[in-house]
Amino acid sequence: MARIAQALGLILAVIVLNFTLIHVAPGDAADVIAGDQSASSPEELAEIRARYGLDDPFVVQLGNYVGDVVQGDLGESIWDGQSVTSLIFDRLGATALLAFSALAFAFVVGVSIGTIAARKPTSLLSQLITVLALVGFAMPAFWSGLLLLIFVAVKVDFFPVSGNHDLGFEGNWFESLLDLGQHLILPALTLGFIFLAQYSRLSRASMLEVLESDYVRTARAKGLSERSVVFKHGLRNGLIPVVTILGLQFGTALSGAILVETVFAWPGIGRLAFDALLRRDAPVLLGVLLLASVVVIVANLLTDLTYRLIDPRIRVTGGVNA
Amino acid sequence: MKRMQSLQKLLALLLAFALLAAACGGSDDDDGVAAGGDDTDQADEAPADGAEDEAPADDAEDEAPADDAEDEAPADDEAMTDEDERAGGTLTFAFVSALRHLNGTVQSGYATAVPGTQVNASPLLFDENYQPQPYLAESWDVSDDGLTVTLNLRDNALFHDGVPITSEDVAFSILTSQANHPFKAMFAPVVSVDSSDPLVAVISLSEPHPAILMAMSPGLLPIIPKHIFDDGQDMKEHPRNSGDDFIGSGPFRVVEYDPSEVIRLEKFDDFFLEGYPLLDEIIIDIVPDPNTAILGLENGDYDMITSPNAAATQQFEEDDRFVVEAKGHEAIGQIDWLFLNTRSDVLSTVEARQAISLAIDQQGWRDIVQLGRSSANVTGIQNASPFYNADATNYDRLAPDEATALLESVGLGDGFELDMPATAAMLPTAEFIQQDLSAIGVTVNIRQVPDFPTWAAAVAGGTYDITYTQVWNWGDPVIGVHRSYDCENRIEPPGVIWSNNAWYCNEEVDALLDTAAATFDNDARQAAYFEASELINQDAPIVYLGKPDWYQIRKPRVQNPPTGIWGFMSPWHEVWLDGE
Repeated sequence: MARIAQALGLILAVIVLNFTLIHVAPGDAADVIAGDQSASSPEELAEIRARYGLDDPFVVQLGNYVGDVVQGDLGESIWDGQSVTSLIFDRLGATALLAFSALAFAFVVGVSIGTIAARKPTSLLSQLITVLALVGFAMPAFWSGLLLLIFVAVKVDFFPVSGNHDLGFEGNWFESLLDLGQHLILPALTLGFIFLAQYSRLSRASMLEVLESDYVRTARAKGLSERSVVFKHGLRNGLIPVVTILGLQFGTALSGAILVETVFAWPGIGRLAFDALLRRDAPVLLGVLLLASVVVIVANLLTDLTYRLIDPRIRVTGGVNA
Repeated sequence: MKRMQSLQKLLALLLAFALLAAACGGSDDDDGVAAGGDDTDQADEAPADGAEDEAPADDAEDEAPADDAEDEAPADDEAMTDEDERAGGTLTFAFVSALRHLNGTVQSGYATAVPGTQVNASPLLFDENYQPQPYLAESWDVSDDGLTVTLNLRDNALFHDGVPITSEDVAFSILTSQANHPFKAMFAPVVSVDSSDPLVAVISLSEPHPAILMAMSPGLLPIIPKHIFDDGQDMKEHPRNSGDDFIGSGPFRVVEYDPSEVIRLEKFDDFFLEGYPLLDEIIIDIVPDPNTAILGLENGDYDMITSPNAAATQQFEEDDRFVVEAKGHEAIGQIDWLFLNTRSDVLSTVEARQAISLAIDQQGWRDIVQLGRSSANVTGIQNASPFYNADATNYDRLAPDEATALLESVGLGDGFELDMPATAAMLPTAEFIQQDLSAIGVTVNIRQVPDFPTWAAAVAGGTYDITYTQVWNWGDPVIGVHRSYDCENRIEPPGVIWSNNAWYCNEEVDALLDTAAATFDNDARQAAYFEASELINQDAPIVYLGKPDWYQIRKPRVQNPPTGIWGFMSPWHEVWLDGE
């Protein structure tokens, strides 16, 4: 109960903070609409501002918005008049798919190479992994995305460069799934690279520590196979910090999705947020940020629950991890 | 503890949003402003193009309206015989501009006009010589006193829901535009539109208004169905302005509408020009990043894209899988220029403005920043227009000594500082200007702003000294040129972007512009614009850098592409695909 109250308070704080930030950003939607029209009159600007309540005092605007959100109404886009709720839900699936695929890829590959590296920390392979991971982490997503596009999509011409379906695609569910998968690979890899680096570094460090610990020595002394030692005794414990990061990074994945979705024209909420910001389309941007904050809070809760799966000694009661 | 962490996470998330957007703002706003036409060439090729154009333009015209009075007879058979071979196919097009809706009677801009001209028809088309041609109006007439314009409509024209298009719809469209369109100048003098004969629209004007013909171009006056829109709802927010159920009058109808993804158009079988359109389908893929469009063309996903940046254009020119043509969009008349804020202390002095113009190497800017893909344009009227005065006093030469002498003559020999707001996309130009002006002791402080709205707020609000932008002519100077010079169009802060942002006022210029706006006599108009351009250039409120070339880049299979004066903002009913 206390957690839910906390979460609600947090969400309210997020709304107020975001609203204020958007409000203090120079220019408003009326400027953008006038700019898009490439000419406008002051009367028209005033009319646009009045229409969307942009000329009300800040407190009134904020009050109206919070009031609407409490009633479950996220408002309408100033840009094209579409309902924010439907805009977000139309695109949520695409982003969720992208974020999950990217994180899954990063987690599986990252933990695998991290573990391999941890077993022989001074080997050439281990060093190579460390270097590659750092390069992957340091490379901005829009850059690695474009490189992938140029080399894999254009030169090799195997992957499509944009969207989540071929233009004018028609086919049964299976072909549709294949087509979607083909479109998903590059953006998911691009987004995944950012996290891959962190997971491999983290799991390497964590496994190094675990493999040195007493209980692993005991397990080895018991005569258990190396496989059993590494996977059953080592990895279970070594994974805990990685899972923590995975949970925390759900929010980061969303913000990373902004760039990746823009580069690959992936129809998700990251692109929606990006467009909305450039258009100063406050209702849409606030809607996406609100959703993001809810996702982060839920992801945190799920992370706590996952600890329990990995290590049953941890209880999600507030006692242990308070 | 937990709570603090969550808060930190959220803050970090927000910050990430803000930073990322700021980092990418530059490239994107460039598209909003220039719609991808940022670097291009017209240069010396322009006249040659004009000559070349005439041939295809003629047969295009011949093939189109079978019952057209201005048609030449033999063309008809030809159109009938090769029509079957040409018809069919799906054209894919990558579009970088974001659109709000499809109703061009209440919304200007490239983003609405490109898809809008496919789904809506206008009364007139325009040929390569800026002369009107029949479209929805079979013929037209301007009365001798210039106060009445009569449009004779086709009798077989239908909206996409099967309802006939009548003069009532034309009247409704004109009056809707007059009340709502941001280009007030287009139909301001319209007093009434008589629609007593369903096939004749008689437009009464309070004064002769030559720009009204150009204002009936495809991108500027779509004819919209009165029976759908005239229900008392606010036209700017009308739910039928967009969507799968959009009812238009043009060659293609909307079958799928998702403004952030894709707009799919299908051939309208009952289009009023028999045998057209030739394409079965157009897929307009909305892509947020210009690079995605470029890579998509290269990858084979698209048949055609909007004019990309100079570097990409060069790359496509070297690749024989694509056709690159420096043609189309001339009427848009994009001019790259620098606004000088005449309200700021130093720049209120005319000599200082002239000195700045002389110290900037315009040719160097065209060669270096625009990779030679831009032509000299020494007035606010684009250089292919009959009203362009190439001989007006101008500063399109590098003369730092002259500039220094001018500054010394008004006691500014010690130099001064200028504030220059610039988005990331404007930086190359800003740095070029900064370097040129340092030679005469003028320090340009480049103020980097994150995105278009921030820049627009600064410029519209008058809190700048010098800034780089692109302004469009939009066909007739009355529509797109007057706004930058009219005294009346100086708008108090917060102001309006692309109004008279230099805060320039010269009563004599205003009188000349008014004269040019109120006569159908082209010679009189030309004389007035020539003189106005001369006076404006003596006052030097704007530094004209050049007119970028717009390119068409496409696969060779695309035949008869839209390379007219309105480019993509004209119906693609004659476009066809070779080998379909």
